[in-house]
Amino acid sequence: MTGLSGVPEGVPQIRRGIGAIDWHRLTWQMRRSPLAVVGLVIIILVLIAIVVVPAWLPIDPNRINLRARLAGPSWVHWFGTDEVGRDILARVLHGGRISVGVGVFVVVVSASLGTMIGGLSGILGGWLDTLVMRLMDVVLAVPSLVLTMALAAALGPSLWNAMLAIALVRIPVYVRLARGQTLVIREADYVKAARVFRATPLQILRWHVAPNILSPILVQATLDLGAAMLMAAALSFIGLGAQPPAAEWGAMIAAGRNYILDQWWYSAFPGGAILLTAVGFNLLGDGLRDIIDPRQKARS
Amino acid sequence: MSFLTILRRRLGFLILVVIGVSLITFAISHMIPGDPARLIAGDRASDAAVAAIRQKLGLDRPLYVQYGLYIAGFVQGDLGTSIRTGRPVAEDIIAFFPATLELVIAALMLSVLLGVPLGVASAVWRDRPIDHAVRSFAVIGISTPAFWLGLIVLLLFYGRLGWLPSGGAIDPLISPPAHYTGFDLVDAVIAGNAAALVSVVKHLILPAATLGFVHVGIVARQIRSAMLDQLGEDYVRTARAGGLSRSRVVLRHALPNAMIPSVTVLGLAFGDLLYGAVLTETVFAWPGMGNYVVASIQALDFPAVMGFTVVVSFAYVLVNLLVDLAYIVLDPRIKEIG
Repeated sequence: MTGLSGVPEGVPQIRRGIGAIDWHRLTWQMRRSPLAVVGLVIIILVLIAIVVVPAWLPIDPNRINLRARLAGPSWVHWFGTDEVGRDILARVLHGGRISVGVGVFVVVVSASLGTMIGGLSGILGGWLDTLVMRLMDVVLAVPSLVLTMALAAALGPSLWNAMLAIALVRIPVYVRLARGQTLVIREADYVKAARVFRATPLQILRWHVAPNILSPILVQATLDLGAAMLMAAALSFIGLGAQPPAAEWGAMIAAGRNYILDQWWYSAFPGGAILLTAVGFNLLGDGLRDIIDPRQKARS
Repeated sequence: MSFLTILRRRLGFLILVVIGVSLITFAISHMIPGDPARLIAGDRASDAAVAAIRQKLGLDRPLYVQYGLYIAGFVQGDLGTSIRTGRPVAEDIIAFFPATLELVIAALMLSVLLGVPLGVASAVWRDRPIDHAVRSFAVIGISTPAFWLGLIVLLLFYGRLGWLPSGGAIDPLISPPAHYTGFDLVDAVIAGNAAALVSVVKHLILPAATLGFVHVGIVARQIRSAMLDQLGEDYVRTARAGGLSRSRVVLRHALPNAMIPSVTVLGLAFGDLLYGAVLTETVFAWPGMGNYVVASIQALDFPAVMGFTVVVSFAYVLVNLLVDLAYIVLDPRIKEIG
């Protein structure tokens, strides 16, 4: 009988530390966390809807049909049409690629940069560590949406700049998390041994620290996916994110705003899509946190 | 650790944050593509006129001098002049701040009034249907785009039912109460103006409910977790064994203790609500800072945006400082642990 990694069971796996991902345990415990499974199912369905479905959907999200302007939901247009007769369902599905893509980009950038900065800061210690952490404290002390807005406004209104601004402001969360975990692992014997053999800080980070701090980072990242998406939508809504005619969920809600009283479907469906996707990410993130950190479960 | 030591340390951090935020906003406002002097002068102004404005604003001086001037101005309450309104940013913010604060306080009260009972119920009936309902509600709350929710409630309660007004802070046909405090609600009460009071309350309901919605779940979650901690304590079991009724133990003994750690969350919630108000205000045309800053962003009015950022960040850190101090006063054990 061998485990997942091909190592016979009962043999201690040296590389696996406190925070390493144990896929075997994870899949087993997922089954006992119904809400996490619901979240995962929602995410999978959303991904299928936005990645697979548009490929063979017969409707073009940008096809203008002036004869079917602002038509309500029907068998032809399930989610209705907008002011130039574009199909809202097609736009929601295509827009999802942008909205979810933004979330993924932001989280990947901020999590990897933040983990690197926090990990290195923790390994190196000293005045550099103090400086980095004070800077992060300051950024964390500022309401994130306000800072993101100011940054996005300064960079100029575009989806790319909005993504950049959100990612930059999210970095400190990961820096703090990664540093806290690193400080624990830094004292482990194998890290001390690596130091004796003159491993560089980057090597220690890559081979000894990163594998062990991955799971709390992953949980945070999952929870952040929803938050990043919401923030991108909010920026688009006030005109700082995706610009029309891009089919992005936040921008679509903003465009449909003037029609909300009579053509409710214009804003309602893209907003519902954001809600559904964010619920999926948050349920999955909460569930993963319960599994990885059982102490939290008693409390949350 | 004594109260004074903590106070001194936290005040030090407050100053650090103000310097940090001012540096960040200063850096951001110098990152802007384009020339602010040109922006103020307009496209057709001569180069000489632009140079004169540049000199007047001190934009031709070295960066560290400019930062020094910026900080010197900030200390004296000068946040620069808004390009869009032509008035001092500080004056604009003072004019718009009361309406935002009014909205935030209403939303905060709503989230506490609903969130605390839900959290208690969720903890007392743990893993029962009500617990699942409250927890699901909390997840939905943090997953909802507030601006979208605003549009939906507008559609329902204004568009379909016609119960509540669509936006603004007071009916334009009703003469507003005299300005005593700048808070419409308080002013209407002081003036004894019943018509204005009814109108103000009606206008407040939808924005406050929209803004508070997200936080009902957050407050409920926090109370639930603190209550679960308390209900597991020995004193609860002793009180029950001594013959006190379950409801009395929960409400009189466990709840006050559970409220203490929750105070911290209220401070954080205040900050969240303050910037959440930016989006809610745009949806409901609420005459507060959020509306002001969004209009400023759209007009590329950077002094206004940066002034808003500094002021809100300062208010946020200050409120959290006060909350932490309240926490120390409420829980005497903190002093010993430090």
